[in-house]
Amino acid sequence: MDFTDIHEIKKHVRVYVTVFVALLALTMITVAIAQLHLSVPAAVAVAIFIATIKGSLVAGYFMHLVSEKKVIYAALILTVVFFAALMWLPIFSQSDTIVYKNVP
Amino acid sequence: MKTNQPNHAVETVAAPHVGVVHVHEELPFWRRYIFSTDHKVIGLQYGFTALLFLLFGYIMMMMMRWQLAYPDTEFPKYYFVLPIAAIGAIIILMSGIKPSINTLIGILLLGLAALINYIASGEERMPDGIMLPEFYNQLGAMHGTIMVFLGIVPLAVGAFGNYVLPLQIGAPDMAFPKINMASYWAYFVGGVIMLVSFFVPGGAANSGWTSYPPLADIATTGQTLWLFGMVFLITSSLLGSINFIVTVLQLRAKGLTFFRLPFFVWAQFVTAFLLLLAFPPLEAAAVLQLMDRLAGTSFYLPSGLIVSGQVLPNTGGGSPLLWQHLFWFLAHPEVYVLILPGMGIVAEVIANNARKPLWGYKSMVYSLIFLGFMSFIVWAHHMFLTGMGTAISAFFQTTTMIISIPSVIILSCLFISLYGGSIRFNSPMLFALGFLPMFGIGGLTGLPLGLATSDIHLHDTYYVIGHFHYVVAPGTIFALFAGIYYWFPKVTGRTLNETLGKIHFWGSFVCMNFIFFPMLIQGLAGVSRRLSDGGQQYSHAQGVFQLNEVMSVAAWVMAIFQIFFIINLFISIKKGKKASENHWEATTLEWAAAPTPPIAHGNFGIVPEVHRGPYEYSLPGNAKDYSPQNELVKE
Amino acid sequence: MEIPYVVTARPETGIFNAKAGIWLFLASEVMLFGALFTTYILLRIGAPTWPHGELDVALATVNTAVLITSSITMVMAWASCLTKDFKKFRLYLGLTILLGATFMVIKYFEYSHHFHIGDIPSKNTFYAIYFTLTGLHGLHVLGGMIVNSYFWGPGSKMWKSEPVRFTNRIEVAGLYWHFVDLVWIFLFPTLYLL
Ligand code: HEM
Ligand SMILES: [Cu+2]
Repeated sequence: MDFTDIHEIKKHVRVYVTVFVALLALTMITVAIAQLHLSVPAAVAVAIFIATIKGSLVAGYFMHLVSEKKVIYAALILTVVFFAALMWLPIFSQSDTIVYKNVP
Repeated sequence: MKTNQPNHAVETVAAPHVGVVHVHEELPFWRRYIFSTDHKVIGLQYGFTALLFLLFGYIMMMMMRWQLAYPDTEFPKYYFVLPIAAIGAIIILMSGIKPSINTLIGILLLGLAALINYIASGEERMPDGIMLPEFYNQLGAMHGTIMVFLGIVPLAVGAFGNYVLPLQIGAPDMAFPKINMASYWAYFVGGVIMLVSFFVPGGAANSGWTSYPPLADIATTGQTLWLFGMVFLITSSLLGSINFIVTVLQLRAKGLTFFRLPFFVWAQFVTAFLLLLAFPPLEAAAVLQLMDRLAGTSFYLPSGLIVSGQVLPNTGGGSPLLWQHLFWFLAHPEVYVLILPGMGIVAEVIANNARKPLWGYKSMVYSLIFLGFMSFIVWAHHMFLTGMGTAISAFFQTTTMIISIPSVIILSCLFISLYGGSIRFNSPMLFALGFLPMFGIGGLTGLPLGLATSDIHLHDTYYVIGHFHYVVAPGTIFALFAGIYYWFPKVTGRTLNETLGKIHFWGSFVCMNFIFFPMLIQGLAGVSRRLSDGGQQYSHAQGVFQLNEVMSVAAWVMAIFQIFFIINLFISIKKGKKASENHWEATTLEWAAAPTPPIAHGNFGIVPEVHRGPYEYSLPGNAKDYSPQNELVKE
Repeated sequence: MEIPYVVTARPETGIFNAKAGIWLFLASEVMLFGALFTTYILLRIGAPTWPHGELDVALATVNTAVLITSSITMVMAWASCLTKDFKKFRLYLGLTILLGATFMVIKYFEYSHHFHIGDIPSKNTFYAIYFTLTGLHGLHVLGGMIVNSYFWGPGSKMWKSEPVRFTNRIEVAGLYWHFVDLVWIFLFPTLYLL
């Protein structure tokens, strides 16, 4: 995007305000859903889903990732992959543990 | 201020040892040499600090080797303290007792001697000169920590990366000079904290360089300092790695495309990514361990833990394996941080002295990238014995086998590059050639450790110690020596003495193998690592126990050969043969475009432009056997 | 010799140096907080019971709103630089700093309440990870406030001499600030709601 054009910037400001309102609304929604006392897996799924949307809005518009350069995408994709490894591989190894049943 | 280290720029112009400086922007001394933002000065700061730490780590190890060879006999500490003090004093005298970098180094060596003198005595460490097991543990943990985090990485990345990388890519400096300075000083503070930890009650950290909880959680105060020190070292690496990546991305000279980058730059680039993304989890892990130790939390403490017959008051509920995951998430990439810059140096030296292009440059680069990527998903091969199930073990075993392929490709390419070359056997080349088989042994002995079945026997034995030392000691350290001999003319405008260099190489090469090969044998016999008596109480160790003396003697003899290096370094700084602009007739920009030694501020007279690949040696139809990167291609 | 691409973008990459730098830094921060989230998950999987509803959701909701608001004021501060309106820039950045302070004050009340009734880090692994995560996040907020205050005060001199470079700096500071907000967006449900 072109950041030298005043009109262009004005348009962006409108986007920022929209995103801001959406973020507040989503915050309310996620708090409201928490009051419903869903089962734990469902609650986790919903809460993480909403947080991901909110996070994407912040990253996408406030941090203007929607129109960023390729190098930055590359670095971030790499990071996300390793982030996933860091999160899931320990969990897998925790759940795939040898249990010694016959030890007295 | 009359110094002779980074001022050679001027010395070649002015009268040799008067050293009066006329840099255009006259910065005060402390801005020029202490809080300097110039990448070359920072590189040298890193280099000297790291070399001192390497020396300290080496001496601690020699003390351990005494205990292993002659358990529970008095340690003859003056054999170790006096030579260091003597070298320090000689350096001070040689520099004419004027304030200069040499004098400073001399003083630091005297300080080191005093430090050794201090730690090699005292009731709580070595009553009557006999090493207590607790103190052996401190030495082991601190030897590992200092060698890895304060010695090799700062030398390979901090010193060589800082000094050479901007020159090789034709950049005026690093992208963020102030952050670069902050990175050095964070490292410095981290190092000081580590040293200070020897003086607190209970001594330095003693839970191994891996700091496994629960032991580390309940260890003496030294462990807390270790953690604080690590936080600084991690910060330093993070700042450094950001700087390296941005510099390579943004500041390459015109025409220097990614596939025209010298292999050394590629190695540093990939290494920087490893540091950037692998270190933060260790930082998190260190914070959690600090919480455990200082705030009484139980991140790593399981419920109902019994220590010395008493149940720990902590609430428990934590997981010791959590630390292992977070630690090895860093520490496996870390071993590539230890080796990749070394590979980069060796590649430069081999191409230059074989007078041939690197064979398979592109496949080497792709291997490097693949290696860096894979190094993030192999870490739990250090944890096969923690009760992981077969499925997840199989996963990590497979990734480990896969990651060995790119290393083999790189090593093979380097070997093949020699074929048909008209090789110059000078000291840098000897060290580079020594690296190849030594790294080969180190790498191949790693395979059985990556297979879950054989690791059951080998885990935590001296075989492991032998394996990774083959990689880092005759591997990386040889590569770093190769780099020092190779770039010394660049830095000082003088060359190191070849004869002393050759003595240094052959002595080290022979000794290295006498130190580390017996470790493999002991390990196969089942001797555990981290035993303060070298295993003399175990019946299965009896057959191989005598090897301890062989290894120890070899370690001490090797120290004598390092003295040749130290003398060489300090004599050649002042009296070495003058080097020409492009001393090794190399093709890369640091030789071809920048003056030797480089000007104090700013790197190039004219900003270079690149027209060709990095290793155009012996092009057919060319009069000279090298074509610098900034030389125009004739139509 | 001047370092190139401090102000303008390098054509091939399309970015200036500091922007590459800050994104790499944020990548490392992702890994830092990632490790802590992993810790949270592993501890929670391993725990027989997990405390629920012990934290003050109302205060945390307010705090979420505060941080989100500070994000929009931050981005407005940057937009004001782009439209060359220095007064507005100062206003918005000042608001950002104040909102950051508000967040910290609310956090302080939450903490002191916990300490008061004995909910300290060593009580159980839930409070251990709660204090570690929010404490580390709080330090990040503090760091951001210090940087922003510098650009609001002495650092803003650069507006006169090198406005483009100054705008770049505000963009970079903003990226960091939004990231801190983003982390909170994930912390909020994980710690308070689940
Ligand atoms: C050059 C000569 C060197 C010798 C003779 C040597 C010798 C030793 C010895 C005897 C041990 C202790 C084994 C035990 O008690 O379990 C050890 C451990 C270790 N060394 Fe070295 N070492 C050398 C260089 C290095 C270098 C360059 C590194 C750098 C990366 C290094 C890293 C380590 C590590 C990480 C440990 C494990 C410490 C622990 O158990 O926590 N060493 N070394
Ligand atoms: Cu490994």
